[in-house]
Amino acid sequence: MTSISSRRLRKELSEIQTEGCPTGITLLNADNFETWYFSIEILGESLYQGEVFKLMFRFDSSYPISAPAVQFVVNQESTAPVHPHVYSNGHICASILGTEWSPVLSVSAVCVTLQSMLASCKSKERPVDNDRYVRYAPDNPKKTRFHYDDDTV
Amino acid sequence: MSSDYDYSDDEDAFYDDDEDMISTGSAPSDDDMDMEFADDFKVPQHSPRKAYEIEHESLSQQAVEKLSAADVDHISSIFGVDDSTASLLLRHMNWNKERLIEKYMDNASSVSVAAGVSTPSRASPSVTGPAPIRSSGSRRRTTRQTPVPKAEPWVCPICFDDSQTSFLSLSCDHSFCAGCWTAYITSKIREEGEHAIRCMAEGCALVASDSFIVSTLAKYGEDGDGRTQERFQELLVRHFVGANPHLKYCPYPSCTYTVSCPSASSRSSLTTMVPTVSCGANHKFCFGCSVDSDHRPVICSVAKMWLKKCRDDSETANWIKSNTKECSKCQSTIEKNGGCNHMTCKKCKYEFCWVCMGPWSEHGTAWYSCNRYDEKAGVDARDAQSRSRASLERYLHYYNRWANHEQSAKLSVEMYNKTEKKMEEMQITSSLTWIEVQFMKRAVEEAERCRATLKWTYAMAFYLDKGNEKELFEDNQR
Ligand SMILES: [Zn+2]
Ligand SMILES: [Zn+2]
Ligand SMILES: [Zn+2]
Ligand SMILES: [Zn+2]
Ligand SMILES: [Zn+2]
Ligand SMILES: [Zn+2]
Repeated sequence: MTSISSRRLRKELSEIQTEGCPTGITLLNADNFETWYFSIEILGESLYQGEVFKLMFRFDSSYPISAPAVQFVVNQESTAPVHPHVYSNGHICASILGTEWSPVLSVSAVCVTLQSMLASCKSKERPVDNDRYVRYAPDNPKKTRFHYDDDTV
Repeated sequence: MSSDYDYSDDEDAFYDDDEDMISTGSAPSDDDMDMEFADDFKVPQHSPRKAYEIEHESLSQQAVEKLSAADVDHISSIFGVDDSTASLLLRHMNWNKERLIEKYMDNASSVSVAAGVSTPSRASPSVTGPAPIRSSGSRRRTTRQTPVPKAEPWVCPICFDDSQTSFLSLSCDHSFCAGCWTAYITSKIREEGEHAIRCMAEGCALVASDSFIVSTLAKYGEDGDGRTQERFQELLVRHFVGANPHLKYCPYPSCTYTVSCPSASSRSSLTTMVPTVSCGANHKFCFGCSVDSDHRPVICSVAKMWLKKCRDDSETANWIKSNTKECSKCQSTIEKNGGCNHMTCKKCKYEFCWVCMGPWSEHGTAWYSCNRYDEKAGVDARDAQSRSRASLERYLHYYNRWANHEQSAKLSVEMYNKTEKKMEEMQITSSLTWIEVQFMKRAVEEAERCRATLKWTYAMAFYLDKGNEKELFEDNQR
């Protein structure tokens, strides 16, 4: 891994460790500079009250020039939130993780954005093309070119 | 050979007969050869066209750059802005000069902001119109991007590398180190194929000008070969070509020619003709749908439909669906060859019902019929299955033939290369001249063209309705 990404991640990690995560977000695991896990819940009134989700960040040497690969973890213990922009395999259709990514954004900024995406959800539904997408989806959501129709949902 | 983007009327010079050709004296090129034996062979350019051929012209990348530069010059002189700005404005309006001029005259600052040329605050305030910054979900935390007095030690907010000394910013003053800018520009161009490169600050809609990109790459770019810059120029040309219905980029990998074909630029023209064109490197493709071959006799929409059908694995999936199932215990694939529904997996000896996939033991005494599916749902399911099988067999009949020709076309590229070798040999070993041995090459080419046409007739047959015409058609095909 080249210096930019590891220097940035080291800096972000030390910030998280000294200042803590934003409320509702907890660092679960950041043993290396390739994969980090967070738990995320929505505090206050929302459709996801009492639900806790797990987020996975995958970084490569192009971080932070290009976005990290971010998705919800789907396995026996944890599921993806039912949301119009979250596929049942955990992939997320959010422009901030694609075309609207800015290198000044950070891991906690992404967590906060996803938190507010869930908080503002008005009806718990899967994306309309969920089944088709999930069937052919690549392992890494960054390989998908999402079409960001409406990010405000 | 004449330059491919020469618009001059040199066609006349080539219209004359054989004598002229031979007197040209220089080594004969393909064009000249085709010219000489024009009788039955299709000639790429500069020659009398056949009725089924379409007038077109190949342009090199530089020629297209000249065309777009003319538009940029035009706009920069009207608006009194520099070329970089004019280019951004034109790209924002998809190279529609008339609309740009109209909009710009109406409200220059709002167009400038929307094109990422200036920031809303700097432009003379335009009260109307939506905010140009695209929102991407509500974000609570705003990032640290307050301009820091340059005198203080300043750390780039992207890489946090305090050894960096050169900082760059667009007119928005969002400063980042030269290393980050270069990495960002390179990644946008090389990985994302993006020519409109926005400021790295979150939510800033300013777009980097061509001059900023070019000078940053030249000064700090790590690749000495200039490939990123080359790619950037290509992206600009592609954008210009994509916006112009008269132009098409050659679909062959790594080819940089553009073909101009005004008579095939309308959608409606494609229902009555197949605009097969060739670029300056002699790549043949369809101007209408960019299929990289000559797909006559079927029109573009049919060719597209057929290729999509072939690409979609759905047909194959259908086959697997109607002919095989997986053992629900060990997942091995089981092919059913008709008859009874009582299946026994060869591998794990699991006994189940073919119709409902349930364990056979639950079927009690209903020996060879599944009583769960004797209801309407079961009948429908079987009907659907046999319908899909019939349609599949019909498709496979045509597809196999089409694919055979596709396969042999690939092999004949080898054949073509061998022929060229053979020609050289013949020239040495026989008394035939280079011109005389050209017949071999043309024979191979002609065989290829016939094969291409025959190939596409199978796609055509697939879509033809059953009936007399089709039988006649298939008789001809044999
Ligand atoms: Zn930097
Ligand atoms: Zn900016
Ligand atoms: Zn070409
Ligand atoms: Zn076509
Ligand atoms: Zn089995
Ligand atoms: Zn059954």
